[in-house]
Amino acid sequence: MPTLRPTLHLDRLGAVIAVLIGVALFAAPFVTYRANRIVAGEGRLLTDALPPAGVTGVLIVVLGVTLCAALARKLLVRLGAAALGLCVIFPAVGWSAGFVTPSGNTFARVSPSVGFWLLALAFALLAADALTRLHFGPWARLAALAAAAGALALLLLSGAWNDLSLMKEYANRADSFWREARQHLWLAFGSMAAACLVGLPLGMVAHRIGRLRAAILQGLNIVQTIPSIALFGILIAPLGYLAAHVPLAAALGIRGIGAAPAFIALFLYSLLPIVANTVAGLSQVPAAVTDAARGMGMSARQRLLQVEWPLALPVVLAGIRIVLVQNLGLATVAALIGGGGFGTFVFQGIGQTAIDLVLLGAIPTVALSFAAAVILDAVIDLTQRGAHDRD
Amino acid sequence: MSPRSIILRASALLLLATFIAAPQLFAFAFEPLTVNNAPAIYNQSSLLTLTVSHLRTVFLATLASTVLAIALAIFVTRPAGREFLPLSRSLMNIGQTFPPVAVLAIAVPLVGFGEKPTLIALFLYGLLPIFENTLTGLMEVSPRTLEAARGMGMNARQRLVQVELPLALPLILAGIRLSVIISLGTATIGSTVAAKGLGEVIIAGLQSNNVAFILQGGLVVALLAVLIHDGLGLAERMAARKLGRSADEVS
Repeated sequence: MPTLRPTLHLDRLGAVIAVLIGVALFAAPFVTYRANRIVAGEGRLLTDALPPAGVTGVLIVVLGVTLCAALARKLLVRLGAAALGLCVIFPAVGWSAGFVTPSGNTFARVSPSVGFWLLALAFALLAADALTRLHFGPWARLAALAAAAGALALLLLSGAWNDLSLMKEYANRADSFWREARQHLWLAFGSMAAACLVGLPLGMVAHRIGRLRAAILQGLNIVQTIPSIALFGILIAPLGYLAAHVPLAAALGIRGIGAAPAFIALFLYSLLPIVANTVAGLSQVPAAVTDAARGMGMSARQRLLQVEWPLALPVVLAGIRIVLVQNLGLATVAALIGGGGFGTFVFQGIGQTAIDLVLLGAIPTVALSFAAAVILDAVIDLTQRGAHDRD
Repeated sequence: MSPRSIILRASALLLLATFIAAPQLFAFAFEPLTVNNAPAIYNQSSLLTLTVSHLRTVFLATLASTVLAIALAIFVTRPAGREFLPLSRSLMNIGQTFPPVAVLAIAVPLVGFGEKPTLIALFLYGLLPIFENTLTGLMEVSPRTLEAARGMGMNARQRLVQVELPLALPLILAGIRLSVIISLGTATIGSTVAAKGLGEVIIAGLQSNNVAFILQGGLVVALLAVLIHDGLGLAERMAARKLGRSADEVS
């Protein structure tokens, strides 16, 4: 289909973003107001959600960002505009919560609504597009992540969001929030560490011995296929038996229901990416390189540690990235079998149809997986660069 | 396929089918796990009904995500959609950091309990692997192949349907398989939001502290997933082989 190129460059993505923003501003509620935690809410358009000065300010900024998205071609300008937009609407929604809640009313709940999320989505799309096309190096990406985390911390610590329902849910269970956070991290990182201890040597063995390789990888592949809660369920029976009949197991805190089956299941899921990537990493080391190392008089041990391992590292790290993102997500399911973690809030929230409680569990999970993915991608880039320098 | 692996697959399938159709036959194996005369076999609804509705949910969601994901992947690889290519790739990366449970949980307050939130979560999450694989498959078609197709007088549409999509097919099928496996698991968790499915057995077991229910639910779901994964893998290999043969015929 031939398209006419207008003389003024109109960005296609920018057009989509402009439509999103238009809907968000004028057709969708910015916040939802509920008289108490349980009842159905009523939406408030942006124009009714802030004092007139606030509405004008937000509108000016958002329209400015829209213009940049539609017309600006400099990627840094687009990124800056997106960041500015986000820095305005996030505090604005907190401010709106204070404005909409009648003074002295402690039962009323205000949550961000469709309009807010659409605006956030539109700006995030703009930022993601600019960031992708800027091709930032690993350090710059880490710096951008740190800046985003810093801005988020500032927002939460400043109390700007304290009137929002999400933060009220948090305030009601601040202690258990941090306890579940520790449990979540322990489940995700602990099982990953255990899988590295077993999986890296197993991968090296599988790399050396061809016959074992197929059997190990096939077995782990089958484990990976089993849905998480089914695997938890299968582990509950033997662990319960162990706890009932072996006093030592019970003394170690192993019980049929709880963190033990979740930890073991996450460990088993982690093995495949680690073993498979160790094998792949080691087998992509060129034979000429190992031959040269042998020719230099290196022992098998020296070859492994100084030649093969550094060259395989980026691929192994890619496996660890998969494991970490997967574990941080799967650990939410552990709550179903009493294993704790952020899933506790998600499932409580489902039970009470309280979306803010669901978000209290879901947002930290997504933020952690996202941060883990960005950090490990950067580390992989850095090690790759290191390996190339050595070439 | 070796005779041994055929026998192994056939007996696994037979075992699963018998268990789903007549679970009472296996009651003796689960009785030792129960306490206080609790039932050994889940009796709130038949395993067959639950399996059928579990598979139906997965099938409907995967069908919808396959259609949309392939259409999107085609769009971003055409001249009209090129501008969206870099963004769509990073969105896929970001999307994968969302755990399926979170998608499911967020859908509940929006559309209520039951089948709907599960279908939405399965559909959205199922898009990712199919889109990613279709995209890779389409991008991997070598420019020389496309040039040759153009030289033969094929128009853009013919090139897509007769050259690019067939070459990308094995990867697309692999994406669908990944998507189905993730969906089978997420549909199991869907039972926490009252969708009819096999997760019901496990959840009921957890709630009434009946290890027999938990174990049989877990085993049925696990065996089902492993067999489906295996079956789809076979289909993929057949498609790849067929593709290889037709390429040979052309040359």
